[in-house]
Amino acid sequence: MTDSNSLSDWQKQELASSLSRFPERKKTFTRHGGEEIQRLALPEEIDEEYERQLGFPGRYPFTRGVQPTMHRGRLWTMRQYAGFSTAAESNLRYRYLLEQGTTGLSVAFDLPTQIGYDSDDPMALGEVGKVGVAIDTLADMEVLFQEIPLGEISTSMTINSPAIVLLAMYIVVAEKQGVATDQLRGTIQNDVLKEYVARGTYIFPPRPSLRLITNIFQWCGTHAPLFNTISISGYHIREAGSTAAQEVGLTLANGITYVQTALDAGLELDQFARRLAFFFNASSNLLEEVAKFRAARRLWARIMKNRFEARNPASQMLRFHSQTAGSSLTAQQVDNNIVRVTIQALAAVLGGTQSLHTNSRDEALGLPTEDSVRTALRTQQIIAHESGIAETIDPLAGSYYIEQLTDQIELEAEELIATIEEAGGVVAAIENGLIQRRIEESAYQYQLEVEQGERVIVGVNKFQESAEERPPLHRVDPAVEDEQVGRLAAVRAGRDNVEVDRLLAELKMAAQSGEDNLMEPILAAVRAYASLGEICLVLREVFGEYRD
Amino acid sequence: MSTTTPHRVLIAKPGLDGHDRGAKFIARALRDHGFEVIYTGIRRSPEEIAAAAIQEDVAAIGLSSLSGAHLRLFPAVLTALKNQGAGDIPVLGGGVIPDEDIKTLLAAGLHAIFTPGTPAATIIEAFRAACQTGSHSDSDD
Repeated sequence: MTDSNSLSDWQKQELASSLSRFPERKKTFTRHGGEEIQRLALPEEIDEEYERQLGFPGRYPFTRGVQPTMHRGRLWTMRQYAGFSTAAESNLRYRYLLEQGTTGLSVAFDLPTQIGYDSDDPMALGEVGKVGVAIDTLADMEVLFQEIPLGEISTSMTINSPAIVLLAMYIVVAEKQGVATDQLRGTIQNDVLKEYVARGTYIFPPRPSLRLITNIFQWCGTHAPLFNTISISGYHIREAGSTAAQEVGLTLANGITYVQTALDAGLELDQFARRLAFFFNASSNLLEEVAKFRAARRLWARIMKNRFEARNPASQMLRFHSQTAGSSLTAQQVDNNIVRVTIQALAAVLGGTQSLHTNSRDEALGLPTEDSVRTALRTQQIIAHESGIAETIDPLAGSYYIEQLTDQIELEAEELIATIEEAGGVVAAIENGLIQRRIEESAYQYQLEVEQGERVIVGVNKFQESAEERPPLHRVDPAVEDEQVGRLAAVRAGRDNVEVDRLLAELKMAAQSGEDNLMEPILAAVRAYASLGEICLVLREVFGEYRD
Repeated sequence: MSTTTPHRVLIAKPGLDGHDRGAKFIARALRDHGFEVIYTGIRRSPEEIAAAAIQEDVAAIGLSSLSGAHLRLFPAVLTALKNQGAGDIPVLGGGVIPDEDIKTLLAAGLHAIFTPGTPAATIIEAFRAACQTGSHSDSDD
């Protein structure tokens, strides 16, 4: 295909089809003075190398973005991760965020919820409502989303090992609001593999965890086709100290594992692959991060096309959420964090993100205050509406540095994937500690460089100030734990306990079968107000628990 | 360093928080400075941590928590140590800990508390001092 041919082919197909369905945000985008801003800057000559490595947005290999008009068509979703204390308090924060112009919800659950313990479990001591909201039963979930129309917004839930239970609760709450399951939009994180190496909220061993994930892919493929069934996450791997290239390699290796497991279980690729989403870290090295996002997109497209023979472009696309790097925030001179977050958010947008969470300036000290959260959201709005970078597609393409670094990161990530496969795949590489060692080594080297002053962290190892004033902190009232335990006791007293026991016994049989999809029995148990801890206990008994 | 026997210390993660980048860094930095370090791994109960400290006969314990549960969990480890007859092992803590909580924790009997951005050298020195002052000190020269 000659130059002008491939360009006009893209214009006639992907671009025209996109414009006819979703017009751009403005009729024309102009600079001050009236000159039109180019939608997509291109090299003078479109040669084979350009087509192979970059191509056009919305077309394989998607290096320049997954949609033909990118942020000119629709801005990324401004999605602020939030949740703390009780469902009622978190509900108020969500409604506040929606009023302030956030465009999607992102639910943070507390650690007991994430690890499948009820609030009255001894293991939950001190953790209830701390890093997120405590959810024990459907009753809490009903309160969490009251007066929030689930048919109109999309909700992301950071839940992994017990994702199937929280998804079931969400579906039932929506039903009660009169919203059909096939209209629900949102994402569950549901990425257990990275929990074993980075984030730590695993419950079951890897193999039964993969079964639960595949059950979700299958059930949602039929009943909730708009819902993203997984968010394959490099974010936490990077936070644990990996390099940018390791973040890409390890995340895509996990992605390959999920796809292969689902195929092995007999699922059709195009039935589930289009609902795989990704989640990456946006760190401070701006150019490296932009190259990383582009490399991840291209490498995933190649894997899906070449290895799994995905024909549908939607199955080849790496769509991703991003969050600015929590570990880069400093407890010293907290206002500096606003600047860090701005640079990181710029990287995410220049890298073509589909949705973004910006951290708040005070998160190295504790949970963010409402003021800090607002500034974080305003940062995104300034980038969206004032910086101009959302008005043209992939503006850093063609920079020698960016293109070389994109190639380099893709190569390094591919090499890491190959190393893991030689070691027997991701599950084996987790079990023998290969992945953990790689991350730890990178984290240690980085921290040594900081300790030795080779890597400057402003306000921490250089330009320090003494006697700093600490900003006010948001604190979770310790009484929340007792309150939540009381609410759970009331639900247990008010429900049909014979029915709950019967449904839990049915769930146990289905889990023991090894074959059954567990979504339906869990939906039934959730409807009868069985608690998260009770459901997970049944699964713990059947599947066992993982311990590092 | 005047000791020939290395100090043995336990680095532990109480509660459900899985963020152990800091704990692992400190464990390795201590090792690089001549300590013998046992790391418990994440998600250990206060009782498990106390039992591990006694079994391994450590001279000091370092706790890490980033989830905001420190006010309950750090003193719970002290209590577990006392209940198991090892209340004299000095316990140091680190994590995302607000200033006013530091006072509370020190008053509760924590030996020292470190917050983000503390240089590793400061923490290593504090462990060395804790190991030498504690009656569980294993440096016999």
